[in-house]
Amino acid sequence: MDLSVQIGPLRLKNPIIAASGCFGYGVEYADVVDLSLLGGVAVKGLFLAEREGHPPERIVETPAGMLNAIGLQGIGVHRFIREKLPELRDRRATVIVNICGSTVDEYVELARILSDAEGVAALELNISCPNIKEGGITFGCSLTGTHDVVSAVKKVTPLPVIPKLTPNVTDVASFARASEDAGADAVSLVNTFLAMAIDVETRRPQLSNIVGGLSGPAIRPIAVRMVYECRRTVKIPVIGMGGIASATDALEFMIAGADAVQVGTANFVDPFIWSKLLDGIREYLQRHGIDRVADVTATIDTTAREKEWISS
Amino acid sequence: MPVDVEARVIRNTRLSPDYNVIALAAPDIAAATAPGQFVMVKPGRGSTPLLRRPFSVFEVLRTNGRIDGLTLLSKRIGVTTQMLFDAVEGDVVSCLGPLGQPYSLVDPPTEAWMVAGGVGLAPFATLTEVLRARGTTVTLFYGARTDGDLFYLDWFRARGVRLMLATEDGSLGDHGRITKPLERALHRGSAVEIMIYACGPEPMLEAVAHVAARHQRRCEVSVERVMGCGLGGCYSCVIPIRDGPKGHHYVRSCLGGPVFPADQIAWD
Repeated sequence: MDLSVQIGPLRLKNPIIAASGCFGYGVEYADVVDLSLLGGVAVKGLFLAEREGHPPERIVETPAGMLNAIGLQGIGVHRFIREKLPELRDRRATVIVNICGSTVDEYVELARILSDAEGVAALELNISCPNIKEGGITFGCSLTGTHDVVSAVKKVTPLPVIPKLTPNVTDVASFARASEDAGADAVSLVNTFLAMAIDVETRRPQLSNIVGGLSGPAIRPIAVRMVYECRRTVKIPVIGMGGIASATDALEFMIAGADAVQVGTANFVDPFIWSKLLDGIREYLQRHGIDRVADVTATIDTTAREKEWISS
Repeated sequence: MPVDVEARVIRNTRLSPDYNVIALAAPDIAAATAPGQFVMVKPGRGSTPLLRRPFSVFEVLRTNGRIDGLTLLSKRIGVTTQMLFDAVEGDVVSCLGPLGQPYSLVDPPTEAWMVAGGVGLAPFATLTEVLRARGTTVTLFYGARTDGDLFYLDWFRARGVRLMLATEDGSLGDHGRITKPLERALHRGSAVEIMIYACGPEPMLEAVAHVAARHQRRCEVSVERVMGCGLGGCYSCVIPIRDGPKGHHYVRSCLGGPVFPADQIAWD
């Protein structure tokens, strides 16, 4: 049974990746998870400099989900390379570094620095964080912005480049296409949905930032639809995410068109989820007589539904 | 290394219309827990609640000397605490731990003064047992809204703990905040070193921190911030820690805390 998947030039040992922003720098989880068993570890979004993040409250639970406005607190790229990357290397993690900038030049600089670091497998471009004004969301909400940042980064790095797309646009597939046209090796989606929650007794927003990003099972059906749309639009690999909490959820994304998936919020609920996901995928492949997990991707069967629709 | 246990509810004791003590069969976690450490708890399997919630380990349970579980002191305020209030023997509660930094222990002649507000009593049962085993003299300053919200007084008395109580309605002990008797006792002075341990609402912790600083006594506080994961993954539970005279930086209270030296926290 072959669980490996191909993400552009990058071979992952399986399609399960820890999602950026939900797994710290990976090393926090090294005691409870064998990091080398994961398809990849997407570390918390890094700017060039350290960042303080937003004041608390930073998260609030909502029906079948959670809002967060962490504000990309982080140690910056230099401390990451010095303090975290060596341990990730030692633990044989496949490291996907999520990078954020306020300008194209910052993304380029980050990509240059990380291309020289030992132990980075790919770059995920965070052009979709909904929680900070100066961050890449301005690129992620503009087709030309997306194209510009992807092509600029591609010029300076030999690493696979994976823009992470926001769902807070009218047509996410057009952003996948802009990424593909600019030379992206893959796209990942979705980042969180811009949302808010209010305490009606105090009439105050539940988050200090007023608005935040919604994640968790609540968003899964929307995310599946968006992955499906992107798969129909681009040829490059698609990494799907949004509320995955079981092997069944992961397979749903793959059938819709994802080559690999990321798991975020569910890791907060169950830090031991990773082996359960992999076992569940193996069980599914066995039950369906499938040898390679890659053969599950984009196998959605819409024929019957289309016939019904045409004949009605 | 923390473990995740599907812990059976051994019993669930209601202390008042809002407070309960729930006993969970999680012996491995109980045996590894130091006073002040916490567990991340999720009753039920569905998406409500979705995330675990942090609870201090209240008691370590023993039967014939063998550790067979732990208890949590809970106050009914939200979905999780309602489910913990309603749980019955045989129910299953996911319990991940032990997590976080414990209180620093002190030995005689240094005395331990524990300051608890409401459900903030939680870490002080295990702390009492560990300190009393070392022969340390223990005083508990314990405040609540009303006398019906003060629990386990005989439990602490039976372990030789001196009790100083306060209620906001004056129904038992000092009328007002628990910092009142604390301040009075500090004014009287003490020939020996004192270590102050505090747990409760953040305004109380801040007040205790200031009182301790004024009297130049060591003080550790256990903070409770909204916590997503308990393992350092989500960066939600941060607390501002002083950087020089004016600045601060955010530290995750799940990893750096929940116990912090009171003078390290940037209270304002």
